Amino acid sequence: MTAYGRRALVVLWKDLLTERRSKESLNALFFFSLLLLFLFQFALGPDRERLQSALPGLLWLGFVLAGLLGLGRSFIAERDNDCWEGLLLTPGDKSAIYLGKLLANFILMTVVEVVLVFLFGVFYNVDLWSALGPLTVVLFLGTVGLSAVGTLFAAMTAQVRARELLFPVLLLPVQVPLLLATVSATQIVLGGQPLADAAAWLKLLVGADIVYLVIGLLTFEFILDA
Amino acid sequence: MMITAVGLGKSYGKTPVLDGVSLDVPAGSCLVLLGPNGAGKTTLLRIFATLVRPTAGALTVAGVDALRDPERVRAAIGMVAHGSYVYEDLTALENLRFWATMGGQDASEGRLRAALAQVELEAVADERARTFSSGMKRRIGLARVALGRPRLLLLDEPFTGLDRQGRKWLSEFLLAFKSGGGAVVLATHSFEGALGVADRIAILTGGRLALDQPAAELSREGLRRIYDDLTDSNGRTP
Repeated sequence: MTAYGRRALVVLWKDLLTERRSKESLNALFFFSLLLLFLFQFALGPDRERLQSALPGLLWLGFVLAGLLGLGRSFIAERDNDCWEGLLLTPGDKSAIYLGKLLANFILMTVVEVVLVFLFGVFYNVDLWSALGPLTVVLFLGTVGLSAVGTLFAAMTAQVRARELLFPVLLLPVQVPLLLATVSATQIVLGGQPLADAAAWLKLLVGADIVYLVIGLLTFEFILDA
Repeated sequence: MMITAVGLGKSYGKTPVLDGVSLDVPAGSCLVLLGPNGAGKTTLLRIFATLVRPTAGALTVAGVDALRDPERVRAAIGMVAHGSYVYEDLTALENLRFWATMGGQDASEGRLRAALAQVELEAVADERARTFSSGMKRRIGLARVALGRPRLLLLDEPFTGLDRQGRKWLSEFLLAFKSGGGAVVLATHSFEGALGVADRIAILTGGRLALDQPAAELSREGLRRIYDDLTDSNGRTP
C-alpha cells in the first residue's frame, strides 16, 4: 500500500477507535434520531397518505440534522492538545487526512442511517424491504456527498469561535443540490418505481459527489494551513 | 548550519511581534531562547517550524529555504510545543502508532515500545492518555519526535509540568540528541534547565534579540543579572 493510503487509513482507524471508546457522537446521534421520529409522528398524525408523501423528505431531514451534529464534531479531537498543529507538521499530501476523515464520517453516518431507516419502517409501518436495493443506492450516493462536503466545512469552521453557528449556515445551502436529488430519488424508489426512473436525479447526485470530493481533496491542505 | 535566520520579522497587522532577528544554530548544538512572556519566543519557534510565515527576512533550515519549501523542512524537524499532540482516547502506544504512520515511519510495535521505554513510559504503554499527567504527555511528545529521527528539535517550554526527575531525564535526552549530531532550539523560562543543555543562550525582549552569547561564558547568576537588566516585568526593553 502507498504511504498516502496508509496515512488515510490510519486517520480512519484513529477516528473510529476514538468514537468507539468515547461514543460521544453515536450516542447523541441515536438519541437525536429517536427524538426526531417522535416529533415527526406527532406532527403528521395517523394520516397514512400524508405520511407517504412526506416520508422521503423526513428521512433526509433526519439524516441532514444528524449529520450536522456528527460531522460538526469530526475535528473537535484535533483541537485538543494542538493535534491540528501536529497534523500540519506531518510531511506528505494532506488530502490523505481529508480522505481518512471523510471515510470515518461516511461510516458513522451510514450506521446512523441504517438505524434511522429501520426505525422509520417500524414507527410508520412502511414497507422499506421491497425498495431496499434501490434505496441503498440512493442512500450511498447521498451519504458520500453529505460526508464529503460536511467534512470539508467541518474543517473550515473547526478553528473559528462561532463554529456551531457557522457550520450549518455554510453547509446547508451547499447541500441543496444533494438534498433535491436524494429526496426526489427516494420518493421515486419508495413509490415502487424502478431505479431507472430516478436516473436524472442519480446523475445529479453522482456529479455533485464528484465535485464535492475533488474540491475537498484539492483544498484541504489550504484549509488545514489557514 | 542547521538554522540560518537573517533579519526575521513578524507582524500581526500593525503590531510587530519579531523585529530583525538574525541567528545561526550549528548541527550538534543547542540554542536556548529566554525571554519574558510576549517576547516572541514561541513565534520564533513556530517560524522555524514553518507553522508561521515571517513578514520579513530569510530562513534556511536543514539546508532548505524554509519560505520556499516548508514541506521539506517539516520532514527534518521534530516539534514539542505547548500542546502535546496527544489524542486523549488513544493509548500511549496507539498515539505513537498514529504519528509514526502519519510521518511515513516504521510503526512496528517493537519500535514503538522501545521509543516508550526510552521516555520511561513502557509501563503505561497500553493505558489511555486521558489518565496521564501533562508531564507524561510531554514524554509521549518526545517519544513521537524521537521516532521521526529529526535533525532539528524545536521545544517550547519543555520543562513545564516535569518534576525534578523528569527535568533531569529531559536534559540527558537532549544531550544525547545533540551528541548524535542533532540541533536543538529550546524556548524556556527555566534558567536551571537552560544552562544544563545550552551551547548558546539568546534573550528576546520585545521581539528583538537582546543577547546571543555562548553559554560557557555565562554563570547562572550572571545570566540572571543580564536577564533582569534587559527586561522589565512587562517584557519590554527598559
